[in-house]
Amino acid sequence: MKVLDDVGRGTIGLLEYAGGVAQLSAESGSFIGRMRIRLNEAFAQAYFLGVQSTAIVLLTSLFTGMVISLESAEQAVQFGVGDLVGGGVAFISARELGPMLSAVVVAGRTAAAIAAELGSMVVTEQVEALEALGLSPIQMLVVPRLLALAIMLPILTIFADIVSVIGGMWLAQTVAHISFETFITSARQAVGIEDVLKGLLKALVFGCIIALIGSYQGLSTRGGAAGVGRATTGAVVTSIILIFATNFIMSFLLFGYRG
Amino acid sequence: MTLARIDNVSVRFGSKVVLQNLSLEIEEGAITCLIGLSGAGKSTILRLLNGLRKPDSGHVYVKGVDICCMGNQNLIDFRSKVGFAFQFAALFDSMSVFDNVALPLREHTKLSREKIAEIVMRTLETVGLESARDKFPSELSGGMLKRAGFARAVVNNPDLVLYDEPTTGLDPIITHLLTDTIVRLRKQLSGTAVVISHDLQSIYMMADYVAMLFEGAIISYGTVDELKRSTNPIVQQFLRGSEVGPIPI
Repeated sequence: MKVLDDVGRGTIGLLEYAGGVAQLSAESGSFIGRMRIRLNEAFAQAYFLGVQSTAIVLLTSLFTGMVISLESAEQAVQFGVGDLVGGGVAFISARELGPMLSAVVVAGRTAAAIAAELGSMVVTEQVEALEALGLSPIQMLVVPRLLALAIMLPILTIFADIVSVIGGMWLAQTVAHISFETFITSARQAVGIEDVLKGLLKALVFGCIIALIGSYQGLSTRGGAAGVGRATTGAVVTSIILIFATNFIMSFLLFGYRG
Repeated sequence: MTLARIDNVSVRFGSKVVLQNLSLEIEEGAITCLIGLSGAGKSTILRLLNGLRKPDSGHVYVKGVDICCMGNQNLIDFRSKVGFAFQFAALFDSMSVFDNVALPLREHTKLSREKIAEIVMRTLETVGLESARDKFPSELSGGMLKRAGFARAVVNNPDLVLYDEPTTGLDPIITHLLTDTIVRLRKQLSGTAVVISHDLQSIYMMADYVAMLFEGAIISYGTVDELKRSTNPIVQQFLRGSEVGPIPI
C-alpha cells in the first residue's frame, strides 16, 4: 500500500509541477503578446544570462568539435572517405550538438542563477512586496528572463556551430592531413540552411525551457536557505532532463527518420 | 467612520485554522494596532487587508468594496492605494533606496522623472533618509532598512498603510524613532494605519485603537486605556508578559 501511496503522491506532484509550469508559460506569453515588456530589464538579463555565458559555450563547443573530428578523421581516412569528415562534423554540430550542448551548458549556469535569485527574493518577501505594490512578479521577473534566453540561446548556438566546425577543421588538418578546402567543401554539401535554422529553433525552445523551469523553481521556493538550495538543484536537473527529452522529440519531428 | 471591515473571515493553512469567524473594523484616520502571540494570525490580517491573501470564507471590505471578489486587474489597482511596510523591509536588493521608493510612482503614475524625483526626495526626508538615496539595501542598518520600507509604502499617498512588526529587533532609540515616524506619516497623509507590534511602549505611544488576537479571534478591542483596564485574564497576562495565566505556553 505504501508503494501505491508513494506512486500516487509522486504522480500528483508531477502533474502539479507540469500544470504550474504551463500556467507560468501562458501568463508570460500573455504579457509578451500584449507587449508589456520591461525592455531595460530584458537587455540586462540578456547580458547576464547570455553574453556572460559566451566563453563557456565557445570552449565546450570548440573541444566537442575537435573530439568529433579526432574520433572520425583518422578512421575516415583509413577507409578512404576523409573528404566526408567536414560534412560529419558540420552536420552533427548544426543539428544536434550545437543547440543541445549550448543549452546544457547554459542551463547549468543560468537555470541555477535564476532559481537562486528568485528563490532568495521569495524567502526575503521581495516577491510578495512586488504583489503588494500592485506589480506582477511574472511581468517583472519572469518575462525579461524568458525573452533574454529565447533570444540569446539561438545566438550562442550560431557561435557554437561555427567554433565547433573550426575546431574540427583544425584537428582534421593536423591529425589526418585533411585540407581546409576539402573540409569546408564537405561541410557545405552536407549541411543546408534548413538544418541550421531547425537547430536554432531547437535552441529557442531550450532557452524557453531553461528560463521557465528556473523561474518556476525559484518562485515555488519554500523554507529559507535550504529551500533555495533545493530550488537551485531542481532547476538544473529538471531543465537538463527536459532539454534532452525535448531534443529527441524535436529531432524526430523536424528531421524524421531517413531509413 | 469605518475605512475597512473584515467580516466573519476564516483562514486555514492546511489543517491549521489561523482565523475563525473573525470580524474587525478599521477606523478611518486612526492607527489601529494588532497585538497577540506569535503565530496568532496578525500578519494574515494585514495580507487580507491588501488582498495578498483571500479568506476561505467571509468578506473583506475596503471603502465599502469587497476586495475578495475583485479580479486581478482591479486588485492591482486597489493595491496601489494600500501601502505595505514589511517586517524585514523587503527592499529590492538590486535597486538603490531611491529606485526602491520611486518604483510605485514609476509603475502606477505618468509623472515626469523630475516630479518623481521631487516626491521621492521629499518622502526620504520625512523618514530621515535623504542622505542614503544612492545606497543599496545591503549597505543599510536595520533601522534604515525599515524607514526605507516605510518610505516605499507611503510614497504614493495611500489611503491605508499596513506595518508588519515595524519595531521588532531594534534598539529602544530606533524603536522610538520609528514609532514617531509612523505617527508623523499618518498625520501628513491624513491616512489610516494598521500596525502589528509586540512593543507595548510603542503601542501606547501611537495607537488610537488596539485589537488583541487570540486563537483566531479578536478577544479585545478598544482604546489603549480600555485595553489596560480590560478584565480579560488573557489580555492582562499578555500585557504583564507573564508566564502564569490562561495562555498556554
